[in-house]
Amino acid sequence: MPKGKREPISDRRKFIFDMARGVGVATLGGFIWSAYIDEAKASPLLLRPPAAIDEENFLKTCIKCGLCVEACPYDTLVLAKPGDHKPLGTPYFTPREIPCYMCTDIPCVPVCPSGALDLESVVTENKLDINKADMGVAVVDEESCIAFWGIQCDACYRACPLLGSAITIEYQKNERTGKHAFLKPIVHSDPCTGCGLCEHACVTQKAAIQIFPREVVQGKAGNHYIKGWDKEDDKRVGDAKAIKTTTEISKRSALNSLNDSGDLY
Amino acid sequence: MKQFWSNNRFLILRRLTQISILFLYFGANAWGWTILRGNLSSSIVVNFAQVSDPYAVLQMLAAGAAISLDLFIGAMTIAVFYFLIGGRAFCSWVCPINMVTDTANFIRRKLEFNRMQGQKMPITRNTRYWVLGLSLVVSALMGMAAFEFVSPISMIHRGIVFGIGFGWSSAVIIFLFDLFVLKDGWCGHICPLGGFYSLLGRFSVIRVLHSEENCTLCMKCKTVCPEHQVLHMIGKESLSVTDGACTNCARCIDVCDDEALGFSLRKLAEKK
Repeated sequence: MPKGKREPISDRRKFIFDMARGVGVATLGGFIWSAYIDEAKASPLLLRPPAAIDEENFLKTCIKCGLCVEACPYDTLVLAKPGDHKPLGTPYFTPREIPCYMCTDIPCVPVCPSGALDLESVVTENKLDINKADMGVAVVDEESCIAFWGIQCDACYRACPLLGSAITIEYQKNERTGKHAFLKPIVHSDPCTGCGLCEHACVTQKAAIQIFPREVVQGKAGNHYIKGWDKEDDKRVGDAKAIKTTTEISKRSALNSLNDSGDLY
Repeated sequence: MKQFWSNNRFLILRRLTQISILFLYFGANAWGWTILRGNLSSSIVVNFAQVSDPYAVLQMLAAGAAISLDLFIGAMTIAVFYFLIGGRAFCSWVCPINMVTDTANFIRRKLEFNRMQGQKMPITRNTRYWVLGLSLVVSALMGMAAFEFVSPISMIHRGIVFGIGFGWSSAVIIFLFDLFVLKDGWCGHICPLGGFYSLLGRFSVIRVLHSEENCTLCMKCKTVCPEHQVLHMIGKESLSVTDGACTNCARCIDVCDDEALGFSLRKLAEKK
Protein backbone atom coordinates (compact mmCIF):
# COMPACT_ATOMS: atom_id res chain seq x y z
CA MET A 1 0.00 0.00 0.00
CA PRO A 2 1.41 3.42 -0.91
CA LYS A 3 2.44 5.63 1.96
CA GLY A 4 -0.15 8.17 3.16
CA LYS A 5 -3.07 6.27 1.71
CA ARG A 6 -5.09 4.44 4.29
CA GLU A 7 -7.72 1.80 3.95
CA PRO A 8 -11.21 3.34 3.90
CA ILE A 9 -13.21 2.83 7.09
CA SER A 10 -15.72 0.06 6.51
CA ASP A 11 -19.43 0.56 7.18
CA ARG A 12 -19.26 -2.14 9.78
CA ARG A 13 -16.56 -0.34 11.75
CA LYS A 14 -18.41 2.93 11.44
CA PHE A 15 -21.62 1.35 12.69
CA ILE A 16 -19.86 -0.21 15.69
CA PHE A 17 -18.20 3.12 16.45
CA ASP A 18 -21.53 4.97 16.25
CA MET A 19 -23.19 2.49 18.57
CA ALA A 20 -20.28 2.54 21.03
CA ARG A 21 -20.34 6.32 21.02
CA GLY A 22 -24.10 6.38 21.59
CA VAL A 23 -23.86 3.98 24.51
CA GLY A 24 -20.86 5.81 25.94
CA VAL A 25 -22.41 9.25 25.80
CA ALA A 26 -25.72 7.85 27.08
CA THR A 27 -23.91 6.33 30.08
CA LEU A 28 -22.19 9.63 30.75
CA GLY A 29 -25.48 11.49 30.50
CA GLY A 30 -27.30 8.85 32.52
CA PHE A 31 -24.93 9.24 35.45
CA ILE A 32 -25.21 13.02 35.46
CA TRP A 33 -28.98 12.84 35.10
CA SER A 34 -29.36 10.23 37.88
CA ALA A 35 -27.02 12.12 40.19
CA TYR A 36 -29.03 15.30 39.70
CA ILE A 37 -32.32 13.54 40.40
CA ASP A 38 -30.91 11.81 43.45
CA GLU A 39 -29.79 15.12 44.94
CA ALA A 40 -32.85 17.07 43.87
CA LYS A 41 -35.44 14.67 45.23
CA ALA A 42 -33.84 14.48 48.67
CA SER A 43 -36.07 16.90 50.51
CA PRO A 44 -37.11 15.23 53.76
CA LEU A 45 -38.76 18.26 55.38
CA LEU A 46 -41.48 18.58 52.78
CA LEU A 47 -45.16 18.72 53.79
CA ARG A 48 -47.46 17.07 51.25
CA PRO A 49 -51.21 17.62 50.70
CA PRO A 50 -53.68 15.58 52.79
CA ALA A 51 -54.03 11.91 51.85
CA ALA A 52 -50.64 11.84 50.10
CA ILE A 53 -49.17 8.34 49.84
CA ASP A 54 -45.68 7.68 51.23
CA GLU A 55 -42.99 9.93 49.82
CA GLU A 56 -41.16 7.34 47.74
CA ASN A 57 -44.33 6.30 45.94
CA PHE A 58 -45.58 9.87 45.84
CA LEU A 59 -42.54 10.89 43.77
CA LYS A 60 -43.22 7.99 41.41
CA THR A 61 -46.93 8.56 41.09
CA CYS A 62 -47.52 12.33 41.13
CA ILE A 63 -47.80 13.57 37.53
CA LYS A 64 -47.35 17.21 38.64
CA CYS A 65 -50.56 18.45 37.02
CA GLY A 66 -51.42 20.91 39.77
CA LEU A 67 -55.13 20.01 39.95
CA CYS A 68 -54.89 19.78 43.77
CA VAL A 69 -53.33 23.23 43.83
CA GLU A 70 -56.17 24.64 41.73
CA ALA A 71 -58.76 22.93 43.92
CA CYS A 72 -57.38 24.37 47.18
CA PRO A 73 -59.61 27.32 48.13
CA TYR A 74 -57.03 28.86 50.48
CA ASP A 75 -54.03 28.76 48.11
CA THR A 76 -52.33 26.59 50.71
CA LEU A 77 -50.89 24.17 48.18
CA VAL A 78 -48.24 25.28 45.71
CA LEU A 79 -46.22 23.44 43.07
CA ALA A 80 -42.46 23.42 43.68
CA LYS A 81 -40.81 25.68 41.15
CA PRO A 82 -37.12 26.01 40.25
CA GLY A 83 -35.50 27.87 43.14
CA ASP A 84 -37.73 26.37 45.85
CA HIS A 85 -35.21 23.55 46.44
CA LYS A 86 -38.00 20.99 46.47
CA PRO A 87 -38.72 18.12 44.02
CA LEU A 88 -39.73 20.10 40.96
CA GLY A 89 -43.41 20.42 40.13
CA THR A 90 -44.72 18.47 43.12
CA PRO A 91 -47.30 20.01 45.50
CA TYR A 92 -46.40 21.06 49.05
CA PHE A 93 -47.38 23.63 51.64
CA THR A 94 -45.68 25.92 54.13
CA PRO A 95 -47.92 26.18 57.23
CA ARG A 96 -46.29 29.33 58.64
CA GLU A 97 -47.40 31.09 55.44
CA ILE A 98 -50.71 29.36 54.72
CA PRO A 99 -51.72 26.29 56.74
CA CYS A 100 -54.18 23.59 55.68
CA TYR A 101 -57.63 24.66 56.85
CA MET A 102 -58.89 21.08 56.83
CA CYS A 103 -61.93 21.58 54.55
CA THR A 104 -64.52 18.95 55.39
CA ASP A 105 -65.18 18.31 51.68
CA ILE A 106 -61.42 17.89 51.02
CA PRO A 107 -61.52 19.38 47.48
CA CYS A 108 -57.84 18.73 46.77
CA VAL A 109 -57.97 14.94 47.00
CA PRO A 110 -60.71 13.65 44.63
CA VAL A 111 -59.32 15.70 41.70
CA CYS A 112 -56.00 13.85 41.80
CA PRO A 113 -55.91 11.76 38.59
CA SER A 114 -52.88 9.65 39.45
CA GLY A 115 -53.65 8.25 42.88
CA ALA A 116 -50.75 10.13 44.49
CA LEU A 117 -53.45 11.50 46.80
CA ASP A 118 -55.35 8.48 48.02
CA LEU A 119 -59.01 9.22 48.67
CA GLU A 120 -59.48 5.95 50.56
CA SER A 121 -57.11 7.11 53.27
CA VAL A 122 -59.42 9.97 54.29
CA VAL A 123 -62.72 8.08 54.26
CA THR A 124 -64.46 6.67 57.35
CA GLU A 125 -67.66 4.70 56.82
CA ASN A 126 -68.17 6.04 53.28
CA LYS A 127 -67.82 9.61 54.47
CA LEU A 128 -64.97 12.01 53.88
CA ASP A 129 -63.07 12.51 57.10
CA ILE A 130 -60.33 15.14 57.01
CA ASN A 131 -59.36 14.23 60.59
CA LYS A 132 -57.75 11.10 59.16
CA ALA A 133 -55.32 13.19 57.14
CA ASP A 134 -51.69 12.80 58.07
CA MET A 135 -49.59 15.60 56.65
CA GLY A 136 -47.11 15.73 59.50
CA VAL A 137 -46.97 16.25 63.22
CA ALA A 138 -46.56 19.35 65.39
CA VAL A 139 -43.48 19.63 67.55
CA VAL A 140 -43.13 22.16 70.41
CA ASP A 141 -39.79 23.73 71.15
CA GLU A 142 -40.01 24.10 74.92
CA GLU A 143 -37.14 26.57 75.00
CA SER A 144 -38.79 29.19 72.83
CA CYS A 145 -42.44 28.52 73.71
CA ILE A 146 -43.42 31.35 76.05
CA ALA A 147 -46.05 29.19 77.76
CA PHE A 148 -43.16 27.10 79.04
CA TRP A 149 -41.61 30.29 80.43
CA GLY A 150 -44.72 30.89 82.48
CA ILE A 151 -46.22 33.59 80.27
CA GLN A 152 -49.84 32.88 79.54
CA CYS A 153 -50.40 31.90 75.88
CA ASP A 154 -52.62 29.27 74.39
CA ALA A 155 -52.67 30.47 70.78
CA CYS A 156 -51.79 27.06 69.32
CA TYR A 157 -54.32 25.28 71.51
CA ARG A 158 -57.09 27.66 70.44
CA ALA A 159 -56.11 27.40 66.76
CA CYS A 160 -56.08 23.60 66.73
CA PRO A 161 -59.06 22.14 64.83
CA LEU A 162 -58.77 19.09 67.09
CA LEU A 163 -58.59 21.20 70.23
CA GLY A 164 -58.43 19.08 73.33
CA SER A 165 -57.37 16.05 71.39
CA ALA A 166 -54.34 16.88 69.25
CA ILE A 167 -53.19 19.63 71.62
CA THR A 168 -54.04 19.65 75.35
CA ILE A 169 -52.97 22.08 78.06
CA GLU A 170 -51.10 20.73 81.01
CA TYR A 171 -51.28 22.74 84.22
CA GLN A 172 -48.25 22.84 86.46
CA LYS A 173 -47.38 24.96 89.46
CA ASN A 174 -44.88 27.73 88.80
CA GLU A 175 -42.38 27.31 91.60
CA ARG A 176 -40.60 30.54 90.70
CA THR A 177 -43.50 32.78 91.66
CA GLY A 178 -45.17 30.29 93.89
CA LYS A 179 -48.63 31.55 93.00
CA HIS A 180 -48.98 31.08 89.21
CA ALA A 181 -49.37 28.12 86.89
CA PHE A 182 -47.69 27.03 83.69
CA LEU A 183 -50.22 26.28 80.94
CA LYS A 184 -48.08 24.02 78.76
CA PRO A 185 -49.30 22.94 75.31
CA ILE A 186 -48.80 19.22 74.78
CA VAL A 187 -49.09 17.71 71.28
CA HIS A 188 -50.54 14.23 70.96
CA SER A 189 -49.08 12.82 67.81
CA ASP A 190 -51.78 10.26 67.02
CA PRO A 191 -54.71 12.63 66.47
CA CYS A 192 -52.47 15.46 65.12
CA THR A 193 -52.99 15.81 61.34
CA GLY A 194 -50.15 18.23 60.72
CA CYS A 195 -52.47 20.91 59.31
CA GLY A 196 -50.22 23.62 60.70
CA LEU A 197 -52.91 25.96 62.06
CA CYS A 198 -50.95 25.97 65.35
CA GLU A 199 -47.70 26.92 63.62
CA HIS A 200 -49.56 29.64 61.75
CA ALA A 201 -51.06 30.98 64.98
CA CYS A 202 -47.91 30.83 67.10
CA VAL A 203 -47.05 34.31 68.44
CA THR A 204 -43.29 33.96 68.76
CA GLN A 205 -40.96 35.55 66.19
CA LYS A 206 -40.18 32.17 64.69
CA ALA A 207 -42.85 29.60 65.48
CA ALA A 208 -42.16 27.63 68.67
CA ILE A 209 -44.53 24.93 67.41
CA GLN A 210 -43.76 23.63 63.94
CA ILE A 211 -44.95 20.87 61.65
CA PHE A 212 -42.56 18.18 60.45
CA PRO A 213 -43.16 15.02 58.46
CA ARG A 214 -43.93 12.23 60.89
CA GLU A 215 -41.08 9.98 59.81
CA VAL A 216 -38.60 12.81 60.45
CA VAL A 217 -39.48 13.47 64.09
CA GLN A 218 -40.95 10.21 65.34
CA GLY A 219 -38.81 7.42 66.65
CA LYS A 220 -39.70 3.74 66.75
CA ALA A 221 -39.33 1.51 69.80
CA GLY A 222 -39.29 -1.66 67.74
CA ASN A 223 -40.98 -4.95 68.54
CA HIS A 224 -38.55 -5.80 71.31
CA TYR A 225 -40.09 -3.21 73.56
CA ILE A 226 -43.73 -3.76 74.39
CA LYS A 227 -46.15 -2.45 76.91
CA GLY A 228 -46.59 -5.62 78.90
CA TRP A 229 -49.63 -4.20 80.65
CA ASP A 230 -51.42 -3.59 77.35
CA LYS A 231 -52.87 -6.79 75.82
CA GLU A 232 -52.94 -5.35 72.27
CA ASP A 233 -49.44 -3.98 72.40
CA ASP A 234 -48.18 -7.20 73.97
CA LYS A 235 -48.91 -9.04 70.72
CA ARG A 236 -46.25 -7.08 68.85
CA VAL A 237 -43.52 -9.11 70.45
CA GLY A 238 -44.57 -11.95 68.17
CA ASP A 239 -43.28 -9.91 65.21
CA ALA A 240 -39.91 -9.33 66.84
CA LYS A 241 -37.11 -10.71 64.74
CA ALA A 242 -33.94 -12.21 66.16
CA ILE A 243 -31.00 -9.90 65.88
CA LYS A 244 -27.65 -11.33 64.92
CA THR A 245 -25.01 -10.12 67.33
CA THR A 246 -21.47 -9.48 66.26
CA THR A 247 -19.99 -11.58 69.08
CA GLU A 248 -21.15 -15.06 69.87
CA ILE A 249 -23.69 -15.33 72.70
CA SER A 250 -22.35 -17.30 75.68
CA LYS A 251 -23.75 -20.80 75.88
CA ARG A 252 -23.58 -20.78 79.68
CA SER A 253 -26.66 -19.65 81.49
CA ALA A 254 -26.63 -16.22 83.12
CA LEU A 255 -27.00 -17.76 86.56
CA ASN A 256 -23.90 -19.86 86.10
CA SER A 257 -21.85 -16.95 85.08
CA LEU A 258 -22.81 -15.15 88.31
CA ASN A 259 -22.03 -18.14 90.50
CA ASP A 260 -18.83 -19.07 88.82
CA SER A 261 -16.21 -16.65 90.05
CA GLY A 262 -13.32 -18.92 89.22
CA ASP A 263 -12.10 -16.88 86.26
CA LEU A 264 -11.83 -13.72 88.28
CA TYR A 265 -9.38 -14.82 90.90
CA MET B 1 -52.59 41.96 2.54
CA LYS B 2 -54.02 38.89 0.90
CA GLN B 3 -50.51 37.82 0.07
CA PHE B 4 -49.46 38.30 3.71
CA TRP B 5 -52.34 36.17 4.93
CA SER B 6 -51.66 33.34 2.51
CA ASN B 7 -47.94 33.44 3.40
CA ASN B 8 -48.53 33.43 7.14
CA ARG B 9 -51.93 31.93 7.81
CA PHE B 10 -50.72 28.73 9.47
CA LEU B 11 -48.11 30.61 11.47
CA ILE B 12 -50.82 32.97 12.77
CA LEU B 13 -53.17 30.07 13.50
CA ARG B 14 -50.44 28.24 15.36
CA ARG B 15 -49.56 31.24 17.50
CA LEU B 16 -53.25 31.74 18.26
CA THR B 17 -53.62 28.09 19.28
CA GLN B 18 -50.48 28.10 21.41
CA ILE B 19 -51.34 31.30 23.21
CA SER B 20 -55.00 30.52 23.76
CA ILE B 21 -54.18 27.08 25.20
CA LEU B 22 -51.72 28.71 27.60
CA PHE B 23 -54.30 31.36 28.46
CA LEU B 24 -57.02 28.79 29.18
CA TYR B 25 -54.72 26.93 31.57
CA PHE B 26 -53.69 30.20 33.17
CA GLY B 27 -57.32 31.26 33.60
CA ALA B 28 -58.14 27.97 35.27
CA ASN B 29 -55.67 28.62 38.07
CA ALA B 30 -56.09 32.39 38.27
CA TRP B 31 -59.84 32.80 37.83
CA GLY B 32 -61.24 29.32 38.22
CA TRP B 33 -62.14 28.71 34.56
CA THR B 34 -63.07 25.12 33.88
CA ILE B 35 -62.34 24.75 30.15
CA LEU B 36 -58.82 23.42 30.56
CA ARG B 37 -57.60 22.71 34.09
CA GLY B 38 -54.23 21.35 35.17
CA ASN B 39 -51.25 21.57 32.85
CA LEU B 40 -49.71 19.75 29.90
CA SER B 41 -48.81 16.76 32.10
CA SER B 42 -52.44 16.03 32.89
CA SER B 43 -55.62 18.08 32.52
CA ILE B 44 -59.36 18.00 32.84
CA VAL B 45 -61.20 19.25 29.75
CA VAL B 46 -64.52 20.99 30.54
CA ASN B 47 -65.25 18.95 33.69
CA PHE B 48 -65.49 15.93 31.48
CA ALA B 49 -62.46 14.25 30.03
CA GLN B 50 -59.18 13.51 31.69
CA VAL B 51 -56.25 13.82 29.30
CA SER B 52 -52.64 13.03 30.15
CA ASP B 53 -49.22 13.21 28.58
CA PRO B 54 -48.54 9.67 27.28
CA TYR B 55 -44.77 10.13 27.51
CA ALA B 56 -45.04 11.16 31.19
CA VAL B 57 -47.20 8.11 31.88
CA LEU B 58 -44.68 5.91 30.08
CA GLN B 59 -41.90 7.24 32.32
CA MET B 60 -44.03 6.66 35.41
CA LEU B 61 -44.58 3.12 34.24
CA ALA B 62 -40.82 2.68 33.86
CA ALA B 63 -40.37 4.12 37.36
CA GLY B 64 -42.64 1.41 38.70
CA ALA B 65 -45.67 3.52 39.62
CA ALA B 66 -49.14 2.03 39.76
CA ILE B 67 -50.95 3.80 36.90
CA SER B 68 -54.52 4.78 37.73
CA LEU B 69 -57.27 4.08 35.22
CA ASP B 70 -57.85 7.84 34.81
CA LEU B 71 -54.25 8.39 33.74
CA PHE B 72 -54.21 5.39 31.45
CA ILE B 73 -57.35 6.45 29.60
CA GLY B 74 -56.13 10.05 29.50
CA ALA B 75 -52.80 9.04 28.01
CA MET B 76 -54.44 6.78 25.43
CA THR B 77 -56.81 9.60 24.42
CA ILE B 78 -53.90 11.94 23.72
CA ALA B 79 -51.89 9.21 22.00
CA VAL B 80 -54.76 8.38 19.62
CA PHE B 81 -55.41 12.08 18.98
CA TYR B 82 -51.83 12.80 17.91
CA PHE B 83 -51.60 9.50 16.11
CA LEU B 84 -54.40 10.80 13.87
CA ILE B 85 -53.45 14.46 13.38
CA GLY B 86 -49.68 13.96 13.12
CA GLY B 87 -47.58 13.08 16.13
CA ARG B 88 -45.52 16.20 16.36
CA ALA B 89 -48.48 18.49 15.82
CA PHE B 90 -48.08 18.85 19.58
CA CYS B 91 -44.65 20.40 19.05
CA SER B 92 -45.72 23.11 16.65
CA TRP B 93 -49.29 23.79 17.76
CA VAL B 94 -49.24 23.36 21.55
CA CYS B 95 -45.75 23.28 23.07
CA PRO B 96 -44.77 26.67 24.54
CA ILE B 97 -41.07 26.07 23.78
CA ASN B 98 -41.93 26.20 20.06
CA MET B 99 -42.24 29.99 20.30
CA VAL B 100 -38.78 30.20 21.86
CA THR B 101 -37.05 28.02 19.28
CA ASP B 102 -38.95 29.58 16.35
CA THR B 103 -37.70 32.98 17.49
CA ALA B 104 -34.12 31.73 17.70
CA ASN B 105 -34.46 30.24 14.23
CA PHE B 106 -35.98 33.45 12.84
CA ILE B 107 -33.03 35.49 14.13
CA ARG B 108 -30.63 32.89 12.76
CA ARG B 109 -32.15 33.23 9.29
CA LYS B 110 -32.32 37.04 9.34
CA LEU B 111 -28.73 37.46 10.49
CA GLU B 112 -27.51 34.62 8.28
CA PHE B 113 -25.95 32.70 11.17
CA ASN B 114 -26.31 29.49 9.25
CA ARG B 115 -23.98 30.69 6.50
CA MET B 116 -21.39 31.81 9.03
CA GLN B 117 -21.53 28.62 11.08
CA GLY B 118 -21.46 26.20 8.18
CA GLN B 119 -23.63 23.17 7.81
CA LYS B 120 -21.73 20.66 9.90
CA MET B 121 -23.82 19.43 12.79
CA PRO B 122 -21.92 18.06 15.78
CA ILE B 123 -24.73 15.72 16.82
CA THR B 124 -27.31 13.79 14.85
CA ARG B 125 -31.05 14.26 14.91
CA ASN B 126 -31.31 10.72 16.23
CA THR B 127 -29.94 11.94 19.54
CA ARG B 128 -33.53 12.50 20.71
CA TYR B 129 -34.22 8.77 20.48
CA TRP B 130 -31.17 8.07 22.63
CA VAL B 131 -32.42 10.64 25.15
CA LEU B 132 -35.87 9.03 24.98
CA GLY B 133 -34.44 5.60 25.74
CA LEU B 134 -32.16 6.98 28.42
CA SER B 135 -35.04 8.79 30.13
CA LEU B 136 -36.83 5.47 30.58
CA VAL B 137 -33.69 3.79 31.94
CA VAL B 138 -33.03 6.63 34.39
CA SER B 139 -36.72 6.59 35.41
CA ALA B 140 -36.44 2.90 36.23
CA LEU B 141 -33.18 3.35 38.13
CA MET B 142 -34.21 6.39 40.14
CA GLY B 143 -37.83 5.41 40.73
CA MET B 144 -39.33 8.59 39.32
CA ALA B 145 -40.22 10.09 35.95
CA ALA B 146 -36.79 11.32 34.87
CA PHE B 147 -37.60 13.74 32.05
CA GLU B 148 -40.54 15.27 33.92
CA PHE B 149 -38.04 16.27 36.57
CA VAL B 150 -35.85 18.29 34.20
CA SER B 151 -38.21 19.05 31.31
CA PRO B 152 -38.02 22.70 30.27
CA ILE B 153 -41.40 22.25 28.58
CA SER B 154 -43.13 21.36 31.84
CA MET B 155 -41.08 23.95 33.70
CA ILE B 156 -42.16 26.77 31.41
CA HIS B 157 -45.75 25.65 31.03
CA ARG B 158 -46.20 24.92 34.72
CA GLY B 159 -44.41 28.16 35.45
CA ILE B 160 -46.77 30.25 33.34
CA VAL B 161 -49.82 28.64 34.97
CA PHE B 162 -48.65 28.24 38.58
CA GLY B 163 -45.75 30.67 39.09
CA ILE B 164 -42.40 30.39 37.43
CA GLY B 165 -39.59 30.87 39.98
CA PHE B 166 -36.30 30.48 38.17
CA GLY B 167 -38.03 28.41 35.48
CA TRP B 168 -37.64 31.20 32.93
CA SER B 169 -33.92 30.45 32.82
CA SER B 170 -34.61 27.15 31.04
CA ALA B 171 -36.23 29.08 28.18
CA VAL B 172 -33.18 31.37 28.02
CA ILE B 173 -30.87 28.33 27.92
CA ILE B 174 -32.80 26.79 25.02
CA PHE B 175 -32.98 30.11 23.18
CA LEU B 176 -29.22 30.70 23.42
CA PHE B 177 -28.47 27.07 22.57
CA ASP B 178 -30.60 27.19 19.43
CA LEU B 179 -29.32 30.62 18.48
CA PHE B 180 -25.59 30.19 18.96
CA VAL B 181 -24.76 26.51 19.36
CA LEU B 182 -26.93 24.36 17.16
CA LYS B 183 -29.59 25.13 14.57
CA ASP B 184 -32.87 23.46 15.60
CA GLY B 185 -30.86 22.26 18.59
CA TRP B 186 -33.48 21.54 21.23
CA CYS B 187 -36.59 20.68 19.20
CA GLY B 188 -34.77 19.04 16.30
CA HIS B 189 -32.06 17.10 18.11
CA ILE B 190 -32.50 16.63 21.84
CA CYS B 191 -36.10 16.85 23.07
CA PRO B 192 -37.25 13.29 23.91
CA LEU B 193 -40.90 14.38 23.91
CA GLY B 194 -40.44 15.36 20.26
CA GLY B 195 -38.78 11.99 19.72
CA PHE B 196 -41.71 10.24 21.33
CA TYR B 197 -44.23 12.06 19.14
CA SER B 198 -42.02 11.42 16.07
CA LEU B 199 -42.40 7.70 16.65
CA LEU B 200 -46.11 8.10 17.27
CA GLY B 201 -46.57 10.23 14.13
CA ARG B 202 -44.91 7.79 11.79
CA PHE B 203 -48.29 6.50 10.62
CA SER B 204 -50.51 9.49 11.24
CA VAL B 205 -53.23 10.39 8.82
CA ILE B 206 -52.86 14.14 8.24
CA ARG B 207 -49.68 14.82 6.30
CA VAL B 208 -48.17 17.45 4.04
CA LEU B 209 -48.37 16.51 0.34
CA HIS B 210 -45.92 17.74 -2.28
CA SER B 211 -46.96 18.13 -5.93
CA GLU B 212 -43.81 18.06 -7.95
CA GLU B 213 -45.46 19.41 -11.12
CA ASN B 214 -46.16 22.78 -9.41
CA CYS B 215 -42.73 23.11 -7.80
CA THR B 216 -40.42 25.83 -9.11
CA LEU B 217 -37.48 24.69 -6.97
CA CYS B 218 -37.31 27.98 -5.04
CA MET B 219 -36.40 25.95 -1.92
CA LYS B 220 -38.08 28.42 0.42
CA CYS B 221 -39.77 25.46 2.11
CA LYS B 222 -36.47 23.81 2.92
CA THR B 223 -35.09 27.05 4.35
CA VAL B 224 -37.90 27.49 6.84
CA CYS B 225 -38.45 23.85 7.73
CA PRO B 226 -37.17 23.00 11.21
CA GLU B 227 -36.78 19.36 10.12
CA HIS B 228 -35.64 19.99 6.55
CA GLN B 229 -34.62 16.36 6.00
CA VAL B 230 -38.31 15.37 5.85
CA LEU B 231 -38.68 17.41 2.63
CA HIS B 232 -36.29 15.21 0.68
CA MET B 233 -38.82 14.83 -2.15
CA ILE B 234 -39.08 18.52 -3.05
CA GLY B 235 -38.79 18.97 -6.81
CA LYS B 236 -38.20 15.28 -7.29
CA GLU B 237 -41.34 13.33 -6.65
CA SER B 238 -44.97 13.97 -5.74
CA LEU B 239 -45.08 12.38 -2.29
CA SER B 240 -46.55 12.79 1.15
CA VAL B 241 -44.17 13.76 3.93
CA THR B 242 -44.13 10.48 5.78
CA ASP B 243 -41.24 11.09 8.17
CA GLY B 244 -42.48 11.20 11.76
CA ALA B 245 -40.17 14.09 12.52
CA CYS B 246 -42.42 16.45 10.50
CA THR B 247 -44.26 18.65 13.01
CA ASN B 248 -47.15 19.55 10.69
CA CYS B 249 -46.32 23.19 11.41
CA ALA B 250 -47.27 23.97 7.82
CA ARG B 251 -44.67 26.71 7.51
CA CYS B 252 -43.65 25.13 4.19
CA ILE B 253 -47.24 25.45 2.95
CA ASP B 254 -47.22 29.09 4.08
CA VAL B 255 -44.07 30.10 2.22
CA CYS B 256 -44.81 28.19 -0.97
CA ASP B 257 -46.05 30.58 -3.67
CA ASP B 258 -46.63 27.87 -6.24
CA GLU B 259 -49.19 25.67 -4.52
CA ALA B 260 -46.77 22.80 -4.53
CA LEU B 261 -47.45 21.95 -0.91
CA GLY B 262 -50.66 21.40 1.02
CA PHE B 263 -52.26 19.29 3.72
CA SER B 264 -53.83 16.02 2.68
CA LEU B 265 -54.86 12.74 4.12
CA ARG B 266 -52.04 10.29 3.85
CA LYS B 267 -52.18 8.39 0.59
CA LEU B 268 -52.81 4.94 1.91
CA ALA B 269 -52.25 3.44 -1.51
CA GLU B 270 -48.76 4.90 -1.55
CA LYS B 271 -46.82 1.75 -0.98
CA LYS B 272 -43.57 1.15 -2.71
